[in-house]
Amino acid sequence: MKDISVPVEKKDHRMKMSGRAEYTADMKLPGMLYSSFVRSEVPHALIKDIKLPELPDGYFSVSGSDIPNNHCACITDEQPVFADKEVMFVGEAILLICGPDEKTVKKLCAETEVIYEELPAVVSLDEATEVALGYEYHKGDTETAFNNADKVISETFRTGYQEQAYIETQSAVGVWDKDKGKAILYGSMQCPYYVHSALMHSFELDESHVRVVQEVTGGGFGGKEDFPSLLGCQAVAAARKSGHPVRIILNRREDMSVTTKRHPAILKYDAALDKEGHITGLRADIRMDSGAYPGLTSVVMQRTLLAALGVYKIDNLDVKGRAMTTNLVNNGAYRGFGAPQAFFAIETLMNHIADKLGVSPLSYRQMHFVKQGDETGTGGKFWHHVPIPEMIEKAEEMSDYSRKYAEYARPQSGRYRKGIGMSIFFHGCGFTGSAEKDFIKSKLTLHKYADDRVEILASNTDMGQGLKTTFSKIAAKVLDIPYEQIIIENPDTDRVPNSGPTVASRSLMIDGKLIERAAERLKAIWEPGKEQEIMEQYKEDRECVPWDIEKFHGDAYPTFSWGLNVVELQEDTLTGNTDLLGVWGVYDVGHVIDERIMEGQAQGGILQGIGYGSMEHMEAFKGRIRQNSFTDYMIPTAMDTVNNGIAFIDNLYKDGPFGAKGAGELTLVGAAPAYEAAVEQASGRHFMEIPLTPERILLAE
Amino acid sequence: MVEFTLNGRKIRSQMSPDTRLLDVLRGEFGLTGPKEGCGEGECGACSVLVDGKLFNSCITPLANVRGKTVVTLEGFRDSEEYKLLEKCFADAGAVQCGFCIPGMIMASEALLLRVPHPTEEEIREGLSGNLCRCTGYNMIINAVQMAAEKGDGLW
Ligand code: FES
Ligand code: FES
Repeated sequence: MKDISVPVEKKDHRMKMSGRAEYTADMKLPGMLYSSFVRSEVPHALIKDIKLPELPDGYFSVSGSDIPNNHCACITDEQPVFADKEVMFVGEAILLICGPDEKTVKKLCAETEVIYEELPAVVSLDEATEVALGYEYHKGDTETAFNNADKVISETFRTGYQEQAYIETQSAVGVWDKDKGKAILYGSMQCPYYVHSALMHSFELDESHVRVVQEVTGGGFGGKEDFPSLLGCQAVAAARKSGHPVRIILNRREDMSVTTKRHPAILKYDAALDKEGHITGLRADIRMDSGAYPGLTSVVMQRTLLAALGVYKIDNLDVKGRAMTTNLVNNGAYRGFGAPQAFFAIETLMNHIADKLGVSPLSYRQMHFVKQGDETGTGGKFWHHVPIPEMIEKAEEMSDYSRKYAEYARPQSGRYRKGIGMSIFFHGCGFTGSAEKDFIKSKLTLHKYADDRVEILASNTDMGQGLKTTFSKIAAKVLDIPYEQIIIENPDTDRVPNSGPTVASRSLMIDGKLIERAAERLKAIWEPGKEQEIMEQYKEDRECVPWDIEKFHGDAYPTFSWGLNVVELQEDTLTGNTDLLGVWGVYDVGHVIDERIMEGQAQGGILQGIGYGSMEHMEAFKGRIRQNSFTDYMIPTAMDTVNNGIAFIDNLYKDGPFGAKGAGELTLVGAAPAYEAAVEQASGRHFMEIPLTPERILLAE
Repeated sequence: MVEFTLNGRKIRSQMSPDTRLLDVLRGEFGLTGPKEGCGEGECGACSVLVDGKLFNSCITPLANVRGKTVVTLEGFRDSEEYKLLEKCFADAGAVQCGFCIPGMIMASEALLLRVPHPTEEEIREGLSGNLCRCTGYNMIINAVQMAAEKGDGLW
């Protein structure tokens, strides 16, 4: 029988190819109204007055007073659905105006005047003093390590915003079923049940009076994790007030200005070295811009801190992180979820130390790698095989890294100079800590129809990562029926149980396992021609050091996925521009469920990571996002990439379906530091900041 | 009122000549192939063919297509060329979220009409006006390369 990893045509291929897939913007409901926002123009102010133009018949203005509980629930519920008394950042929603004609709606918004009483605003991470939240952990005895150090190396790194830049902007259609008193929301989203609970919370409804339906979603990358909850509440508020379906589609500039992004961070590291150059102690002090409302920041920061020491065994640690409140747009989830910042810093630090000691970065890393059985920084354990040696071997074979490194290390002259860089990293699979067991408690159902087709009923979404296909493959394989016989639709909370959100690279590993188990049970009772159903629920029975968030101690993840990137490039020393010569990625994601889908994850993730490290520059100026269009915020095009070499290391994980682990985020995490390392070798300089734009490269000359 | 040929049929748009072609196609004619990703001519999601050449319909006023021939994905998807592209895009794993894909297909068609056997560099250039955030492009490039090889004589 064929291995599960042999690729199949994706479930949604033809529909998406032919333009028949229905995205939110393609929906047409009778009587549907268009809408546009009035948003804050200032970073911090009291709203003194709002002067609305006269609204023609059929036009409505919707505000916080139209919502029973004007708080949007996402971990905390501090953020109002619409700002009513005070605005906390530029772009915060104040009103939504809706009506039958789109142009008129926009005109009415432009004519609306908001009178502010401006308040002092914190418009950069550097000037922020208010700590929104923080965590720390310690291990061993750092003080002694630093007192006895032969050398101490201190460096401070900075990372910028990154915008998810899904090509489909955020969009939602709200409907209010007056007869049933029921809120219905269609939209582009990752987590239907997050939106579901936010609607219950804001409109004070019970479970059965809220329905959320995911439409085909044009990319998410974390950006559609929590923001759709806010948009969903806004759309339903408008539908409830107007009595019509209301559509909200953010335009690109609006989307880039007001939606959540990767947290900018400042990461200060001190490393204590012994005579041989071993790191005996490490201090990391990390500050992140939490934005005006923390949202997902607490969980993002946990992941940053857990990644702060990279793939290295360091016995004495002080790791501390603080998220600072600013009057800037909220930051949140973006593929990698806090880890890319930390891996950029620790990997670059390793390169810089190696350079200072005059050894190669790879041999310096080799002195510190963790292996199976080692303790993690937080007193957990690396329970499973750590395939770093095989990954290095594979990378050497594909990229010829060490030979090229030695060649480019010799003095170079002339305008064009070459460099090669490597990074090694992990991604903790699934939610951090005990959320899976304590909060999510995932449930899903396999429903067999009388015609022997089997439907997977789960709340996980396909936003392009191929989940409909991989889920179906798991079910088909276990049931030993054709893949075409499996049905999987976009989730509708009226039909599917809550199998959790589509985040944290958890879906395939956690819910895929539930599908595997459910299918085994269904197979055992299978009766052709009969309607049958199996429900399966998450249970945790693996060996672990229990996670304690108060002490920041224990196993934060059930297991880790591992990655290695090599980037080779040529720098034009006159312009600071770089040309990629080669990019390689070696990944351990357990057993691959579909080789082609996994390759797609790797290709796309790497390029987002290179964008993060090189060209994706975004900053806030006086509280306003400066680069809010594809003209100003540049993401890589087909001309900016080369044919990447990708390989997977098969390392079965027994608690994942067919041995699979988390995969989607890992592929982004290490590309930026590998890129930076290559630029450093080519230019002969050390850099401390990403994105490393041509301007920044030249400025350092 | 503006007359033009849309997907093989002579039609008459009732919208004002300064309306964006994208709004005419999506709003008046209910076509969902062309998508709006930016509205500023930067992403290519709204790509259509006008007299066989690639245009961003979000920055093309209706008046500019008077008397011309406009083809969207809907007008292309029954052709042999499309069927081959559909197969090659599947075999290459070129589609993720799919939002950029109608535009990518139109860009591929425009390229192959011009250059039936493009080099990798020519494909990268031909698709460089179309942003895709999911795939990292390489699998799309492979798909187009595959189609060019297999479709010998089609274009
Ligand atoms: S929508 Fe036309 S180029 Fe982006
Ligand atoms: S497949 Fe998602 S943007 Fe191209």
